[in-house]
Amino acid sequence: MVSIASVIQRALVQSAPLLFGSTGEILTEKSGHLNLGTAGTMYVGGICGVIGAFFYERSIPDGGTLNPFLAIIIPLICSIIGSLIMGLIYCFLTVTLRANQNVTGLALTTFGTGIGNFFGGSLVKLVDSDVASVNFSRTSELYRAYLPFADNLGWFGQIFLSHGFLFYLGIVLAIISTFVLNKTAKGLNLRAVGENPATADAAGIRVNLYKYVATCVGSIISGLGGLYYVMEIGNWSNDGFGDRGWLAIALVIFAVWKPNFAILGSILFGGLYIAHIFIPNISASVSELIKMLPYAVTIIVLIVTSLRRKRENQPPAHLGLSYFREER
Amino acid sequence: MSDNIAIELKGITKTFGSIVANDNVDLKVYKGEILSVLGENGCGKTTLMNMISGIYFPDKGNIYINGEEAHIASPKDALNYKIGMIHQHFKLVDVFTAAENIVLGLKKDYKSANGNSRFKTMFKTGADLAKESIVSLSNKYGFDIDPEKKIYQMSVSEKQTVEIIKVLYRGADILILDEPTAVLTPQETEKLFEILKKMRDSGKSIIIITHKLHEVMAISDRVTVLCKGKHVDTVKTSETTPNALAEMMVGQKLSLNIYRGDPVNPEERLVVKNLNCVSREGVKILDDVSFTAYSGEILGIAGIAGSGQRELLESIAGLQKVHSGEITYNDPTTGKVENLRDKTPMQIRNLGVRLSFVPEDRLGMGLVGNMDIVDNMMLRTYGKGGPFFLHRKNPKKLAEDIVERLSVSTPGISTPVRRLSGGNVQKVLVGREIAASPTVLMAAYPVRGLDINSSYMIYNLLNEQKEKGVAVIFVGEDLDVLIELCDRIMVIGSGHITGIVDGRRAEKNELGILMTSSKKYDENLTDEEGTTDAN
Repeated sequence: MVSIASVIQRALVQSAPLLFGSTGEILTEKSGHLNLGTAGTMYVGGICGVIGAFFYERSIPDGGTLNPFLAIIIPLICSIIGSLIMGLIYCFLTVTLRANQNVTGLALTTFGTGIGNFFGGSLVKLVDSDVASVNFSRTSELYRAYLPFADNLGWFGQIFLSHGFLFYLGIVLAIISTFVLNKTAKGLNLRAVGENPATADAAGIRVNLYKYVATCVGSIISGLGGLYYVMEIGNWSNDGFGDRGWLAIALVIFAVWKPNFAILGSILFGGLYIAHIFIPNISASVSELIKMLPYAVTIIVLIVTSLRRKRENQPPAHLGLSYFREER
Repeated sequence: MSDNIAIELKGITKTFGSIVANDNVDLKVYKGEILSVLGENGCGKTTLMNMISGIYFPDKGNIYINGEEAHIASPKDALNYKIGMIHQHFKLVDVFTAAENIVLGLKKDYKSANGNSRFKTMFKTGADLAKESIVSLSNKYGFDIDPEKKIYQMSVSEKQTVEIIKVLYRGADILILDEPTAVLTPQETEKLFEILKKMRDSGKSIIIITHKLHEVMAISDRVTVLCKGKHVDTVKTSETTPNALAEMMVGQKLSLNIYRGDPVNPEERLVVKNLNCVSREGVKILDDVSFTAYSGEILGIAGIAGSGQRELLESIAGLQKVHSGEITYNDPTTGKVENLRDKTPMQIRNLGVRLSFVPEDRLGMGLVGNMDIVDNMMLRTYGKGGPFFLHRKNPKKLAEDIVERLSVSTPGISTPVRRLSGGNVQKVLVGREIAASPTVLMAAYPVRGLDINSSYMIYNLLNEQKEKGVAVIFVGEDLDVLIELCDRIMVIGSGHITGIVDGRRAEKNELGILMTSSKKYDENLTDEEGTTDAN
């Protein structure tokens, strides 16, 4: 029998990648760009972190110890660079060339997943192991390190203090995003760009710059979700990330485009995502049905917000549309 | 006097492709005056103003502000020169409050935080900080506004107020208003004019674009008239009359030599009675419209764009919800009278009514741009195919026939129509609509954007239909064409008919006055006396 605290703790672990993904996606969508490439970006963020960790671990001779600072910063920077490139590709296509956002996003998801599996497979070949996975448990341990006294605090420690630093970073980023969006002039400008770019343009806001920055920062944050996931698991196996990217996009709708709502939403989604593990004696088919719950909840939220038609809970009005000043 | 000039334009020229929107235009605005810019649709008023406000950049010519040459490449530049434009379509973010819209694009104004520390104000939004200055601006000029109210909860006039405060808050000294009264009720207009006068008296320069002559006379100090992209004249309002302005606005009569036959046995074909339509925002777009279209004649519809022409045609075609009134059709074959109101286009067709509609938006409503000519032919006739598979043979023949008969220049009938030029697209559309052998043919701006030869071909096609006994309704913007082509010309102004005149006797300036008048046309008066004078 598992304790409630350990259920919650595992739900929180599941929630973090979703929270990163949807915080990033919310920032992107606030600029009017629907980046369906989030799933791919998170994949790339994950594999780039893995590559960084893998080569750093390999560069240390057997028996040697890792420099904790380098072991953390190298995968982090690799992950950020990887997802930044994904964000830049998306921006170049949809902002500069004004390509269709849905098509671009879907292509990037396929592309990102492919990149992840390609390099993941290559790494597996490098280590020449029997199982199709890459191990970087020493780095992963550093990422998962938590305050030593958490274990002595019972359920409180287990739920709230037993996570690696990235977990808390995710929550902090969501809170900062909420603050920036709602309280700062930059946030107001960004929301205006997503709602009505012509108005923003007339108000002297550099629309394309905002779109680029929001999308790239969003991509980086999403990519950290991939990094958190691989570091939590400690090894890479192809397609291990599953459909979490899509779940993050669903979470954006569930959280009605508010990063602070996404914090709670991500915990709910994370819990629902692994609920099947904790329900005893269920068949495989039922567990698949339970895995479906987050999507069902999203559809219900969509129905409710569409019925209520509260304007504040609608997607940015210009979401998915390209903007061109001289269009007549 | 010269240091009193707020802004001066010299020799401004702007072209879009082959269309010259502004041709060597000069304009001067003094400090503390209201200047009206008057002109028909497409005469380049808005384009000219867009160049002052940084939306477009002139191809030629210079702009001087306070005597110095200015380079306005973006709306931001315009703002730096203290120019603010209030667009016809409001540039506001619906889900933001009034205050948020007003401070949009600006840095947080910490100065207005009344000595509170920077840390305290960090958690306040720029909109909160600006509230006081918004209220004091409102008091100064007499606005009535709640800074906390969301735009989507506001009436049109409130939204306009927000737009005006927005430019004032940014410190604009030169305000440009693009048709500000088009969306307002008479009471709201009066209130706006009071505010504009207050702003003028406090030294601001105001440029107001309008079509309405009585407003020009009421509000402005001077009037600049544009016609077909050219500056006609600038006169003092006190030294001119509405008639003189209307004459300048429509320009000299041109002779086009369009053929016009006499109508043969006209019969009542389409009768519209007391038609009313209301827009989604609750504004009346058609106001008590009544007219009859006869077979074998071309009925022209003239008016400033957006006066309700489109809604009128769409109500007849079954695309626009009608609030009240009647639309009836007299079937020439059965002699039956059919009611068309509240029917879908398909129901209208199933009644046996042969109604053809060439909409204004050719590639949006008329044709599917990515489909080829044959497929576009089938849009109208796909129902005639088999129960499951489409019959492509007849549409293909029709497409070939249209390409040959109307000399559509296209690589082939399987070319997507969006790849054709505007004129050829129009030929395909008109060809398809005519091929359905209509009894009523409605065409909205069918020659817009077409070269001279294509235009004449369309006129000939319309005339051909007229000879066949079709009731043709032609919505046009070029008064010269309307006068030479149409048997009768109905003028529509802000949703109601302001006059119906005989095309053979119509004078251009008479139409110009009707287009800008707000008086409703009295049908009974002309029916009894047989006159066409609505003034």
